[in-house]
Amino acid sequence: MTPESFPTGPPDATADRLSLFAAPRFSLRFVPLWRRHFLVWRKYLFERVLSNIVEPLMTLVAFGYGLGALLPNIDGVKYLPFLATGTICVSVMYSAKFESLWGAYSRMEVQKTWAGVMNTPLSVDDILFGELVWAASKSLFTGICMLLIIWALGIARTSGSLLTLPVLFFAGLSFSSMALTVNALARGWDSLSTYFTVVVTPMVFLSGVFFPLSRLPDWLQAISAWLPLTATVQIVRPMMLSLPMQNAGRCALLLVAYTVIGYAVALVLTRRRLLK
Amino acid sequence: MRVSAPDTRVVLAVRDLRKRYGQTVAVDGASFQIRRGECLALLGPNGAGKTTILRCCLGLTPPDSGEIRLFDEPVPQRARGVRVRVGVVPQLDNLDPDFTVFENLLVYGRYFGLPDATLRSRIPGLLELAGLEQKARAPIGELSGGMKRRLTLARALINDPELIVMDEPTTGLDPQARHLIWERLKGLLAAGRTILLTTHFMDEAQRLADRLAVIDHGRKICEGAPRELIRSRLEAQVVEVYGDGVHAWARDAGPRLAARIEMTGETVFCYTEDAGPIARDLESRPELRFLSRPANLEDLFLRLTGRELRDDS
Repeated sequence: MTPESFPTGPPDATADRLSLFAAPRFSLRFVPLWRRHFLVWRKYLFERVLSNIVEPLMTLVAFGYGLGALLPNIDGVKYLPFLATGTICVSVMYSAKFESLWGAYSRMEVQKTWAGVMNTPLSVDDILFGELVWAASKSLFTGICMLLIIWALGIARTSGSLLTLPVLFFAGLSFSSMALTVNALARGWDSLSTYFTVVVTPMVFLSGVFFPLSRLPDWLQAISAWLPLTATVQIVRPMMLSLPMQNAGRCALLLVAYTVIGYAVALVLTRRRLLK
Repeated sequence: MRVSAPDTRVVLAVRDLRKRYGQTVAVDGASFQIRRGECLALLGPNGAGKTTILRCCLGLTPPDSGEIRLFDEPVPQRARGVRVRVGVVPQLDNLDPDFTVFENLLVYGRYFGLPDATLRSRIPGLLELAGLEQKARAPIGELSGGMKRRLTLARALINDPELIVMDEPTTGLDPQARHLIWERLKGLLAAGRTILLTTHFMDEAQRLADRLAVIDHGRKICEGAPRELIRSRLEAQVVEVYGDGVHAWARDAGPRLAARIEMTGETVFCYTEDAGPIARDLESRPELRFLSRPANLEDLFLRLTGRELRDDS
């Protein structure tokens, strides 16, 4: 990644041929776009924080305290911390997905924000990278809210919890990059809902959030092992509960792979959609 | 257009631009130039290829062939850097609905890498130009269509551009709002800015453009100063005749009185250097009504592009 000198360094001769398959061109020009998203977000801060807190809180109260009291320990872990450390990953995923599906689609097709930005020195590459980093930033913010709740309820107060923050940011990148691919192909709002119902929601139940993966039949376990949410949970849960980590390297690689491949595909598809 | 010694007065040069979408030819070999301080209007019916030409010039659409040089830089290869010197007014407003008027200008200016201090000092002047001084803190939803258009124009000026590109700047505005925009644009031209605009309004082209290029089916049909084009291609006067029996009149008396006659539905257009004989003839026929006027750009446009209806495409 070679950031150009911001704002408008001399363009290189090979730049901007509008080729669909050109390598991604990273620059710091995405920063003003990130700030734009941040400014909008700040305007609705109250609503955002409230929705970030209430929904996961209800999950913890209903399933953790209510249902969890009836359940035995899972691998020596009480149900409430087991659930809480999975729920934080789900919230982080939802955050990135919503932003990169409904948020990005609205900016691309409805408000035409992207069209306005493309008339400035930002390119499609900058716009998409701004969306990616912004979605991960929202994931991080959601993660912080969740950590505060978990800490306040006394569910897990480990120093390892703080170390999960960079993990949650990177998980946000991987969730966003896939959603941006869907966004680039979407024919309307229904496309986004379909992806959410068919891919995102089932993933929540297949990633060891509510129950251990060992309860799944073998063939579902095989699928689960390749899901980004599974990878996130497998890193975050032991980190927060100070348990030994298994497969951490493989999980981290999986998240990186989803991010890199997802973003590359999203970029080609978005260029194809917009630069015609 | 490549010239041996680069002409620094040429802001934008387009040569033999071609672009097709599948079987549809959007741009079919368009060439034109704009010099500094000039206003060029691309005039054409819906679907003529005007917007595609603009997108190509901004480096947002890869042309199939042809050469574009913007500020003597090749486009699209260097479009991203060159766009710093261009302000764009798009066909449809894409202001940020979550922001106030002031924030829209501030946030947009940041995309050009301009520091907030510069922008904050620049914005009051732009608000004044747009007549929106009182609306700085207003959300976009509160603005009328004309105000939004003026804000979009102000936004296009936030980077102090040398070239302003406008895609149908006054489409959908009421007469007052259009006149206000025209006044501002004339001011910008007087201050030495260069303007490239597309329009299908004849009065807009006639008022603003130093030169116009008539575009149809992706090709440039003709180019020149509005008055010159009318003078060189049309008779001086037009008499529009309508009423019962107008077709019979056109058949019998028309060819004798007018240099050229066109019929569209119930109206007959008589082109002539001297409307006097036609008017005298028609005054003796009370069943026919008529309007005598000088030939204008609309006549030229319809002459060149035909009178059939165009679909938006």
